[in-house]
Amino acid sequence: MRNLLLLATFVFWVPPLQAVIETYEFESAQMEADYKKLIDELRCLVCQNQNLSASDADLARDLRRETYEMLQQGKSQQQVVEFMVERYGDFVLYRPQFKSNTYLLWLGPFLLLLVVLYLLVRRLRAASKPVEVDAAAMAEAKQLLEEKEPGK
Amino acid sequence: MIRFALPLAVFVLMVGLLWRGLYLKPKEVPSPLIDKAAPEFSLSMLETPSRQLSTADMVGQVWVLNVWASWCVSCRAEHEVISELASRNLVTVVGLNYKDEPADATRWLQQFGNPYATSVIDRDGRVGIDWGVYGVPETFVIGADGVIKYKHIGPVTHESLEKKIMPVLKELLS
Repeated sequence: MRNLLLLATFVFWVPPLQAVIETYEFESAQMEADYKKLIDELRCLVCQNQNLSASDADLARDLRRETYEMLQQGKSQQQVVEFMVERYGDFVLYRPQFKSNTYLLWLGPFLLLLVVLYLLVRRLRAASKPVEVDAAAMAEAKQLLEEKEPGK
Repeated sequence: MIRFALPLAVFVLMVGLLWRGLYLKPKEVPSPLIDKAAPEFSLSMLETPSRQLSTADMVGQVWVLNVWASWCVSCRAEHEVISELASRNLVTVVGLNYKDEPADATRWLQQFGNPYATSVIDRDGRVGIDWGVYGVPETFVIGADGVIKYKHIGPVTHESLEKKIMPVLKELLS
């Protein structure tokens, strides 16, 4: 039984999967946090739907090295992002910058919400308004109903 | 009337956008370096590693930088077209040997023929990063003023040579 348990441990124990192979040493916890944040927010251009931290592509490895070295040199997060954008364009950013050609991207959902709210309010107002019926038409309808009641 | 017109308009708009989306090429990321000065490099030549070629040496002439590697399969497909371009003697074609073993690269050129005026060695891919290279092959057209005029991503075909690259070159050379 004991051996079986031991065997099961070996069979079912899976080492944690890690995409990033290289290990870098950081001078401070802050620098390590910056590094992790950057490689999470920068896109790997080869695989396109993976960030630098998840990708095993050669280019992703090089860009991680570049990110690490720039941080080691004392560059700020902003400088690393600028370095990447200068070379690869806005596409490297998973979180697009707020600027003239991304206004619609950032504000569009809120605009859409405003439009929908406006339509909703208009519809609710229309529904709550008491229905006014022309007195003559009402009398005519009543008469018709009385006429249709047979056997009385 | 609006009951039908509005959904129809939305539908037509969606179909239009999706139709256009079918023909976009998300793999071709537009380079921010177009119309900017070519990033500088000074690298050893593959043929004579003791000599260096820098971007400053190329100022004053129109040239083409072709990023290649011996491990890159599509470079082999493109090789014939690059040779064709080089044989026209219109512009200097420089190779950027990207993340390659110089010995392998030399053998590759011996095997298939060397269309390049020279190839420079970018062993660790740092110059590639400066030029925004994210896949091999890539081809840049640089004007006499040292400004990047055009970038081709992926293998150059006969068609893209005639329709995309040659018009740019002709304009620069005229």
